[in-house]
Amino acid sequence: MKGGGTVQLFLQQLLNGLTLGSIYGLVALGLTLVYGILHVPNFTHGALYMVGAYVAYVVTVDFSGNYWLAMALAAAVVAGLAVLCERLVFNPLRHSPPIHDMIAAIGIMLFLEALVQMHWGAEFRRLPVAFEGMVDIAGLNIPAQRLLIIGAAFSLMLALQLFLKKTMVGSTIVALAQNREGASLVGINARRVAMLTFAISGILAAVAATLFAPINLVYPAMGHLLIMKAFVIIILGGMGSIPGAILGGLIIGFAEAFGGFYISTTYKDVIAFVLLVLILSVRPKGLFTRGIR
Amino acid sequence: MKRLSDLLVSPWLTLLLTALALLFPWLSGDEYQIYVMALAFVWAIAVYGMNLITGLCGQLNLAHAGFFAIGAYSLAILCVDYGWTFWPAFFAAGLVGALSGLLVGLVSLRLKEHYFSIFTLCVGFIIYLLLDKWEELTHGSVGIMDIPAPDGFGLVDFSETLPFYYLALTFLILAIWLSRRIGRSLLGRTFVAIRNSEELAQSLGINPMRNKLLAFVLSTTYAGLAGALYAGMVRFIGPAEADVSHTFDMIAYLLVGGIGTLLGPLFGTLLITWLTQTLQFLEAYRMIVFGPLLVLLVIFMPKGLVGSFLFWRNRQLAREIEANGKQKERDHA
Repeated sequence: MKGGGTVQLFLQQLLNGLTLGSIYGLVALGLTLVYGILHVPNFTHGALYMVGAYVAYVVTVDFSGNYWLAMALAAAVVAGLAVLCERLVFNPLRHSPPIHDMIAAIGIMLFLEALVQMHWGAEFRRLPVAFEGMVDIAGLNIPAQRLLIIGAAFSLMLALQLFLKKTMVGSTIVALAQNREGASLVGINARRVAMLTFAISGILAAVAATLFAPINLVYPAMGHLLIMKAFVIIILGGMGSIPGAILGGLIIGFAEAFGGFYISTTYKDVIAFVLLVLILSVRPKGLFTRGIR
Repeated sequence: MKRLSDLLVSPWLTLLLTALALLFPWLSGDEYQIYVMALAFVWAIAVYGMNLITGLCGQLNLAHAGFFAIGAYSLAILCVDYGWTFWPAFFAAGLVGALSGLLVGLVSLRLKEHYFSIFTLCVGFIIYLLLDKWEELTHGSVGIMDIPAPDGFGLVDFSETLPFYYLALTFLILAIWLSRRIGRSLLGRTFVAIRNSEELAQSLGINPMRNKLLAFVLSTTYAGLAGALYAGMVRFIGPAEADVSHTFDMIAYLLVGGIGTLLGPLFGTLLITWLTQTLQFLEAYRMIVFGPLLVLLVIFMPKGLVGSFLFWRNRQLAREIEANGKQKERDHA
């Protein structure tokens, strides 16, 4: 990083915020999609993110594979795993009280983490950076990986938005989220849509993990903090709301980048949670939600 | 079979369990086992607290380990840094647990279901980070050492395992007794009414907020006192006490035993503690067994051991009554 004036530092934080925000947005998006369909706060999501990072690690480090291949394989494996969770656990629990879904999700999360820890140990690993080097934009040195993160995350969000709005299959997800009975009445197969939603959320988690891991670390508990922040984001953005997840991700990303830099690095990770506590104290229903609950 | 199931719900069970607990040190004779049992008793007290808010009142509180740690830290800080003796610090820890519960409850209980759980998950994490980072108060990540054992006033030495075992047992019995009183009182039934349907409870003239807050404060007081007792037993604590994995452990205890039942927390805690002990080699990986176990239990046996037993027994009784009724009809005819 090439020092510079306060403006430069400010822009640097802006970039950091955007990077963090786009990763948070991707993870929160998967979470909010599942919530929209099943009304389950999927605690497994953080573990799926972690599994995605490990699959990418195995492909790139152990088999010295290509970065994009790693991302595709991670997405495929995690999508499969997410569908499996839906079939084996969440589907049988459809009619149970909400507390049971949550406990089951926690059970899967603990299982996946212990499994990964047993095989790879608890130590920190690093995924090699896919794109070394810096890009110079307006006097600002930007690592290529960060640009990749921002670019890929936003293209994926856009693609998802188009898929949900413009395709028939995508709109079945929206329909089911809006009204389950209504969707069934017009012949939408709720089972298939639920599986599809879980697969998409798995892909989002795996892609986010593969994008973020090179500038972060890979370890069994890596999903913990992220999933909690993703929950904060979807509460802020309104559970089930897609634009809310993206906007909430950016808010938390910027709050952390600027708060960590200008206020305190030690308490950087608390910022998201304090923000949530403050906002929910004033508005118990979240920032962008209207009407009941 | 019938006799056995009758025995299991009769007052004799209480006597039997108490006698077993009193005799356990002689039955086992191994100091390590007595230590493990005493530790399980301490955890069970915290699980009873969780049962009040989660089992009776239906609000899944994911910050419970945080309140446990608040109790442990209150005792440790008062004793080590401020030179208090054990017992005043112990009750102060309960008070701190209650007050922090009141503060958190006032904000968090306005939220419903998932929102409440996620909010308390965040609160638990904030507690953990504060314990880890606020070095001036909490000694940071190195933790607090040399915490005094409970004061025996020169009569008993609670730093020994056996006396502490009986101390923990006394507190556990008190905790269960209080839980029973609460569960059978109008208050306990009010909690259950809120669990079953908050709207319906409200339409009956119950103030859900006030009652949920009461259940929450009671549960965090339990957690605070259990934490203080834990600190006096282990005598060294660190921020890891507040880790959310402890909350998950307690959920597992509660669920295995039977959520919302009187003896479920006790059986669940003891069973899993001993399972973990026998599966020593799994220690770090115990979640490979317990994770799927949680899922299977939630799907196939959501009432837990005690809950399923009670359900089964009630159905037997109902069948018997029905059969008797038919018999009488036939006699009349």
